[in-house]
Amino acid sequence: MIKRLLTVLVALVLAGPMMAQSGPLRLTITDGVIEPITFAVPSFEAETPAAQQAASDISRLVVQDLAGTGLFREVPATAFISQISSFVQPVAFADWRAINAQALIVGAVTVNGDQLTVKFRLYDVFSGQELGQGLQFAGTTAGWRRMGHKVADAVYSRITGEGGYFDSRVVFVSEAGPKDNRQKRLAIMDFDGANVQFLTDSSSIVLAPRFSPSGDRVLYTSFESGFPRINLLNVANVGRQELSTAPGEMAFSPRFSRDGRQVIYSLSNGGNTDIYRTDLATGQHVRLTQAPSIETAPSLSPDGSQIVFESDRSGNQQLYIMSANGGEARRISFGEGRYGTPVWSPRGDLVAFTKQNAGRFHIGVMRTDGSEERLLTSSFLDEGPTWSPNGRVIMFSRETQGAGGTSSMYSVDISGRNLKAVPLPSGASDPSWGPLQP
Amino acid sequence: MTLFKTTAVVLLVLATAACTNPDRFGAGRDGSAGAGAGANAGLGAGMAGSASDPTSPLFFNQTIGDRVLFAVDTSTITPAGQTILDGQAQWLLTNADYRAVIEGHADEQGTREYNLALGQRRANAVREYLVSRGVPSSRLQVTSFGKERPIAVCSDESCYAQNRRAVTVLSFSAMTS
Repeated sequence: MIKRLLTVLVALVLAGPMMAQSGPLRLTITDGVIEPITFAVPSFEAETPAAQQAASDISRLVVQDLAGTGLFREVPATAFISQISSFVQPVAFADWRAINAQALIVGAVTVNGDQLTVKFRLYDVFSGQELGQGLQFAGTTAGWRRMGHKVADAVYSRITGEGGYFDSRVVFVSEAGPKDNRQKRLAIMDFDGANVQFLTDSSSIVLAPRFSPSGDRVLYTSFESGFPRINLLNVANVGRQELSTAPGEMAFSPRFSRDGRQVIYSLSNGGNTDIYRTDLATGQHVRLTQAPSIETAPSLSPDGSQIVFESDRSGNQQLYIMSANGGEARRISFGEGRYGTPVWSPRGDLVAFTKQNAGRFHIGVMRTDGSEERLLTSSFLDEGPTWSPNGRVIMFSRETQGAGGTSSMYSVDISGRNLKAVPLPSGASDPSWGPLQP
Repeated sequence: MTLFKTTAVVLLVLATAACTNPDRFGAGRDGSAGAGAGANAGLGAGMAGSASDPTSPLFFNQTIGDRVLFAVDTSTITPAGQTILDGQAQWLLTNADYRAVIEGHADEQGTREYNLALGQRRANAVREYLVSRGVPSSRLQVTSFGKERPIAVCSDESCYAQNRRAVTVLSFSAMTS
């Protein structure tokens, strides 16, 4: 009797991990609560002596990227039964099944001078098969983080069937100093807060940078002239030019068109703010809204046919959608409070926004017809959402209350889960998430 | 990855090229005029004359009052604001060598872009009022700092009320933009 019971127990224990995954390794990202996929990353093999550090660093970064999504959970190395000593050695799947690692990522790193190569294989442990084929990335030793991000993107993509977002950069406003004399300068960082580089000095206020679709240029608002004006900055050489604005006019809240050739933005004159479009090559302007109210924060749909923007034409800030050529607009926000800074999702199905209601600020998303509004955050002051390249994560600014208030950037899944601060040594605001790098 | 070594060099050049406008006065106590705009090289209060000299910018800033305040999310000039602006208009008509940039501001309870537009609305309301009192519109420009330059830093109405303002910042004539 006891023996039979033991047998059953053993069978249950063995069956346990099997039940965690039926069929091939696949995670469908939904808005429901998900059970994270478990994964193991034995430290990547150093194929040359000089690759030791990079191999260790890159493996850790892959873990950090994947675990950081909240969709994957690391099985720590202390639980490992077998070790991976060589990239080509056959995998003892039973040893990884026994510790319930659903995915196994094996990699190797080579360093020659300042050249770095990383290759990896992804295994579906429970089906005992490789998922996709081995892949190799080459770069420089200084760019080792990008190599790690690329491995993590490939793993994420193979398991979820969606594009990743780790090898991407964010342009933002770096902040220092007290609230009444805040110094602001444009900066760029990796999506995870690493490799911060400054693009301007802090001699004048800069606001709300926006990446071009290919990530090569940035539009932002500068007070260099004493008046808000739109500047265009080349990321590679930080050369900049001011978009021509007539005296007496203020131009701000710019965004690129999807082909990167045009700018949609707000122009204020005589107390009235409307939305315009300018062709960067010819300088030709088109006025897209004609209301006496404030129309600002325009954002194009992915197919370029429509613009979502905010307007106070109803008496307070609400969201509207119109044709990219202007004309009649339809209101899409109808909840309590005020809605601003709409941003069309890369997939085209959602609009992210800032909502202000009852003394609190929220980042939220709604469908483009205004239905299924969902608030993802709540704080004293959250604002300015930007989408990850795959449309799964939103980054935004959060300012804390009071005389000592400071601004930081946070990210949150569109499910509302996995809220976390972007680790940076100083204040930061106004993120704009760029594309996956080539 | 060697990209940003050249960036550092270019930034140094940019820093030294920051523009200044020596003809512009500061706004008095808080120095909010053009703060951070690269244009805050105005003359100090001592050089702006005496507060008891009615022709001095200091008299304008302190005795008349260089700013008017606004209720939440409005750009309506209050009766108290009208009194101040009547004084400003009088001063500007008497001292025809001066121009002004009217800077609109908002409190922190709003999104960045909207507050820029709201600040513009406030500054423009002041401009229109001054023009209605006879000040030539050619002498008045407007700009907005949105919520970027609060003068009071607490997060309650006592501070917000001071930050929802439009400040008339004087400069000598021949101002161009």
